[in-house]
Amino acid sequence: MHINEILFWFLTALALFSAMMVVFSKNPVHSVLWLIMVFMAITGHYIIMNAQFLAIVNMIVYAGAIMVLFLFVIMFMNLNAESEPQKSKWMKFAAVLSGGSLMLILIAALKDNDGFISSMRGEGSIGLIKNLGKVLFTDYVVPFEISSILFLSAMVGAVVLGKKESSTIVS
Amino acid sequence: MITMDLMAIDLAYGLEKLLLIGGIITVSLIVAMYTTYAERKVAAWMQDRRGPNRAGPFGLLQPVADGLKLFFKEEIIPLTSNKTLFVLGPALAMVTAMLTSAVIPWGSSINIFGRDVSLQIADVNIGILYVFGVVSMGVYGIMIGGWSSNNKFSLIAAVRGASQIISYELAMGLSLIALLMMTGSLSLKTIVQQQMEGGWNIIYQPLGFLIFLICVFAECNRTPFDLPEAENELNFGYHQEYSSMKLGLYLFSEYVNMFISSAVVSTLFFGGYDIPFVDEAALSLSLGANTVALLGFGALFAKILFFLFLFIWVRWTIPRFRYDQLMDLGWKKLIPLALANMLITALVILWLNK
Repeated sequence: MHINEILFWFLTALALFSAMMVVFSKNPVHSVLWLIMVFMAITGHYIIMNAQFLAIVNMIVYAGAIMVLFLFVIMFMNLNAESEPQKSKWMKFAAVLSGGSLMLILIAALKDNDGFISSMRGEGSIGLIKNLGKVLFTDYVVPFEISSILFLSAMVGAVVLGKKESSTIVS
Repeated sequence: MITMDLMAIDLAYGLEKLLLIGGIITVSLIVAMYTTYAERKVAAWMQDRRGPNRAGPFGLLQPVADGLKLFFKEEIIPLTSNKTLFVLGPALAMVTAMLTSAVIPWGSSINIFGRDVSLQIADVNIGILYVFGVVSMGVYGIMIGGWSSNNKFSLIAAVRGASQIISYELAMGLSLIALLMMTGSLSLKTIVQQQMEGGWNIIYQPLGFLIFLICVFAECNRTPFDLPEAENELNFGYHQEYSSMKLGLYLFSEYVNMFISSAVVSTLFFGGYDIPFVDEAALSLSLGANTVALLGFGALFAKILFFLFLFIWVRWTIPRFRYDQLMDLGWKKLIPLALANMLITALVILWLNK
């Protein structure tokens, strides 16, 4: 077996196992830590596909920043295995049903796609930062800028929400 | 036969990298060890004391004695703590402290038995982003350790530490964008080579360097930003419940972090393994490439030692920030300053290229 293949299967097993553990752990903090493992495994997949920029951004933004905020909130709320609310049976049934149908759709969509296999061999240089930057700032510059405005509006929204509270306290 | 050859090459390559990794880890640990000694000696010097002078000549064996003491202390895991995470915390802190060393070019390549051996573990073309990735992972060591101790002080310290690191990461990234616009490359080796030809980046980016340095102090949890271990507010900070070598790993990882971040600062702004005022290419003709590579490593090391001294110097000179002052400095001063620096750099580059 080629080394990439071994790595691929190892990372896949790791990602799936960690994803299961996210759902099955009783302790929310453990869930978050397993989720970080999932992100790390996916980062590994990106590296195998030679998508270095995506890999490292996935690590910085998702595994680094967003998960830290998750951990923050959970640590502060002091959620424990005991205080976890129990969902009703119908809720669980609905969740299984919708999750299953989502999986079916994904399998149907990806079944005929063979672009996958070529990128799995670590060939192609579109994922390198230079090429990605060129594509983003020439072919896709409008959607790129629009998405940045989206982020800006989210940021302004957060500031407005934060400001409001303090002004009511003062008044 | 061809496969045999390939295997031999692979084996030699693997061996070379393994040796390099082992060497770098050993060097960083020894440097970290003696930084603790230097810290106490410099502090003593600044406060007109003698400092450690009992163990060995000039107290040189003091770090060994400290290490042995930590090893022989009783290992205590609090009953109500989360045991797996309690052990994972210091391990993570140490691992993330070491990981960054992989992309730092410790010198140009040396020639051993006809093989060019690069003194860099991995020259990835996203070098700097890798550093950021590892730094953002470094938060978990503190957070997990603080939370799993099941102690209010530890938790508060952990949250403080994490929010401080996240806040200063932003200004750090912004100050680096200005630098990267000039270099046009994320690979640390390329950045060093450009500085060898065109002068050190500190000349072009003094403001960026200053912001970066302040952020590095904050990321390492060093004074004046050592709020996660502010002993008069939080007893001992996030490692309060730790004892023995687990505490040792936490304390030690701080010094490893200092060493590695000094290396990053020297590489980015002070020419890395570039020997100042010397043309390496001309020198390697007269002295041989290997000697020059070793001299370059020496130059990098001298720069690193200077920054380590700066870390210690600042610690014994400047008092600690208050928490709101820390956040104020990070969000309201450094980030706008870094943004302005970025804009000015971009404008100048555009103007020069016109």
